[in-house]
Amino acid sequence: MGHATEEIKRHVKVYVSVFVALAFLTVVTVTVSYLHLPMARAVLVALSIATVKGSLVALFFMHLISERQIIFSVLLLTFVFFGVLLLLPTFSS
Amino acid sequence: MSSLIRYISEPHPVTGVTNAKLGTWCFLASEVMLFGGLFSAYILLRTGAPSWPDGSELLNVPLATFNTLVLIVSSVTMVMSWASLAMRDFAKYRTYMGLTILLGLTFLVVKAFEYGAKFAHHHFPKTDMFYAIYFTLTGLHGLHVLVGILVNLYFLYPGSTLWKTEPEQFTGRVECAGLYWHFVDLVWIFLFPVLYLL
Repeated sequence: MGHATEEIKRHVKVYVSVFVALAFLTVVTVTVSYLHLPMARAVLVALSIATVKGSLVALFFMHLISERQIIFSVLLLTFVFFGVLLLLPTFSS
Repeated sequence: MSSLIRYISEPHPVTGVTNAKLGTWCFLASEVMLFGGLFSAYILLRTGAPSWPDGSELLNVPLATFNTLVLIVSSVTMVMSWASLAMRDFAKYRTYMGLTILLGLTFLVVKAFEYGAKFAHHHFPKTDMFYAIYFTLTGLHGLHVLVGILVNLYFLYPGSTLWKTEPEQFTGRVECAGLYWHFVDLVWIFLFPVLYLL
């Protein structure tokens, strides 16, 4: 019980760091948008930052960093099909 | 109840996780596909359109930035509500869960103001392709926020009586509600740049 509480307290410190990183990256992505980069570069920067932010949420808030294999298997299958969905528009032309 | 539905509090020996958690992740997988289909539609519409407006010129970026920060803070308070239960502090759980609900409501109120401003300028889903996909994606996301608030409200009041009898099970339920809430935050993290900044 005491051990578990210590463990959670360590988690809480990580949550605060993740929050600071997420807030910082939000400010960065908005600031970059005001630079009016060429479209391809703007898409690359915006989606890269969003991917880092999304990964932080999934890894730490959703505890994926310490999750079991079965959850990763479900997610792998999901992302294969998600990838197919996103690539569908390129097959249409 | 626990004897009827097995492995809701303790991990299943085969998977290593509770059935509740595995079920929640399978549900989230279906949600990825739901939003994935709409993101795919967005790419198709945008790449196929002869011209596409700059989202930042049509939409309110400062308000959406504020809302992004609101959802990020709500994710922190949500995970803190779970951590409070894991540390056996029910009073703190109530505070953090209450804050999460308030932040969710703040997001919806801000979104309603944004919608109101658009409607006042006669911008509707039927106006053009941009507004069609903007209202569809943000509307579906807003519905998810609303459902998350209702789930969290249930766990704040009527559902929390379970804490007295089955604390492990209740903590697991709040963790699953948290997974859903973080997913809704995660979707917004992608919607925000795609619709408002690009």
